[in-house]
Amino acid sequence: MSPPRRTALGFLAALGTLALAAPLLPQWALFLVVVSLAKGLAAAGLLLLIRTGLVSFGQGLYFAAGAYAAGVAVNQFGVADGALLALLGALAAVSVSAVLGLLLARYRAIFFAMLSLAFSMILYGLLVKSPLLGSTDGFNVAVKTVFGVAVGRGPGRYGVYGLAAVVAFVAGVALDRYLRSNLGRLAPAVRDNELRVEYMGASAKNVVYLNLVVAAALAGAGGAITALAVGHVDPEMAYWTTSGEFVFVAILSGTASVAAPFLGALLLELLRSFAYEHAPNTWQLVMGAAMLAVILFLPDGIWSVFRARRRATQ
Amino acid sequence: MSIAVAVLVDGLIYASWLFIIAAGLTIIYGVMRILNMAHGSFYALGAYAAASLAGGWLRAGYAPLGSYAMLALSALLVGVVVGPAIERGLLRFTYGRDEVVLVLVTYALFLILEDVVKLVWGVESYFVSEPYGLLGNVEFGPLSYPVYSGLLVLAALAVGVALRFGIYGTRYGKLLLAVIHDREVSATLGINVNRIYLVTFTLGTTLAAAGGALTAPTVSVVPGMGVEVIVLAFAVVVIGGLGSMPGAALGALTVGLVRSAAVHLFPQVELFSIYVVMALVLSFRPRGLFVAAEARKI
Repeated sequence: MSPPRRTALGFLAALGTLALAAPLLPQWALFLVVVSLAKGLAAAGLLLLIRTGLVSFGQGLYFAAGAYAAGVAVNQFGVADGALLALLGALAAVSVSAVLGLLLARYRAIFFAMLSLAFSMILYGLLVKSPLLGSTDGFNVAVKTVFGVAVGRGPGRYGVYGLAAVVAFVAGVALDRYLRSNLGRLAPAVRDNELRVEYMGASAKNVVYLNLVVAAALAGAGGAITALAVGHVDPEMAYWTTSGEFVFVAILSGTASVAAPFLGALLLELLRSFAYEHAPNTWQLVMGAAMLAVILFLPDGIWSVFRARRRATQ
Repeated sequence: MSIAVAVLVDGLIYASWLFIIAAGLTIIYGVMRILNMAHGSFYALGAYAAASLAGGWLRAGYAPLGSYAMLALSALLVGVVVGPAIERGLLRFTYGRDEVVLVLVTYALFLILEDVVKLVWGVESYFVSEPYGLLGNVEFGPLSYPVYSGLLVLAALAVGVALRFGIYGTRYGKLLLAVIHDREVSATLGINVNRIYLVTFTLGTTLAAAGGALTAPTVSVVPGMGVEVIVLAFAVVVIGGLGSMPGAALGALTVGLVRSAAVHLFPQVELFSIYVVMALVLSFRPRGLFVAAEARKI
């Protein structure tokens, strides 16, 4: 089986599992899966950037842009459907990154990280001081339908859950296809040696710009889904700790497969909720220790566990 | 007129505080290439240690002036206990990994230390305001400033002069510069790079803790006080140029003045004015004000 087909089948199997598991899961678990898929989307965008050789400490900017766009669309313009809102969130993030990308695409390494951090902190500062958008408290977001089904009772209970699963599925398969395309393969080439990419006749800057926008779209969709799931948006979404968490998920999961960030986000959310449940005062300590353990003992990320086993059996 | 003076004086005080912290961050980055996210935690540890030591000193009824010595002692204590423990116990196993991975290691450390602080000191807030008011106020035209703030400015100046002399005027400083320039060649020449790393990290930790200890009398010491400090210190060192000591000083002055101007003139933009300046500086000088551009490596 060709690798892209294997990945697509893997994602399809994951989608099927999520669909079958839905009736068995209690409300808190549904919520946990939605939140991890949303974070996985943002982290998948970072995977693309990391493959391009860039680490952004400001993905919270696009995450918040998507969430706020979805929230404003619901509250001000009466856009009711969740699927449309997720799309709007992605579009909002794309338009922000299309402008900022003009500047960001010229930066590399730690300077790229710091400039993206600065941009996200600017948005945080703006949101905190915007009374129209609820300042530090943010505002509530009440989604009414998803794919035309009313949210709440009966099948509507799984509305946002289904939306998150479908968006993650589509995004995962599309991102995998993109990374295997000629254009996508330029990403690792840019990371390895930009000058040689230019000698080949490709534009490193354009590759970086495009990947920035794609990563922003993923983060924006993730932000919109989070806004729908939580029912609330606040400026914390643009704060550096949110961006830092995405970087963490991306690096800890590993960048070998597009599926890794989704799985990593799910594991991290599970760990967080169990740590929060059993060690409410020291859950950050548990998270930090787990992260250190992964960095020290699994240098290629959590996904490398699967790879090592596959190599051993072959 | 009095607003201009207020902006200048407040900016200078804020800049002094920032410089002490940012100097530690930039020296750690310059020598070890670690962008230390745990710096905010060291700052918080310094503040808590100061609250406990100086508070204990005052409660025991010793001479109130001694509380200043306690502030200095707590910074030193945090530096020489926490710094080497983390460098030897954790960081040395990660040298040679990617810069971003090192950032994540310190981020994990930051999460751990946040909770360690809560475990040791609990979640209630601490106050040691006595050293702040002890020296009285000084009149500045219509404005009145506590002498303690002047002390802060002096401390920042002392740190700057000491670092300048230590790096450019001593034998050890020359070794440090050699390691900054090229770690591997320095090691081949017989410089004990491990010890330089240990000393650097301890020094950086002490400076962060000193920033915290000096702040402790002016604020209530609460959990989570380190979070904001990290990004602020990042902004300072990025504006000046990562790893540059004069850069840290200039960055601190820039951020200090911009913030105090924003506070006095346009309070709405206070929070993000600093990051606007950071983005502007990076747009025109990507490596910061004090670091020369490097040729692209093929």
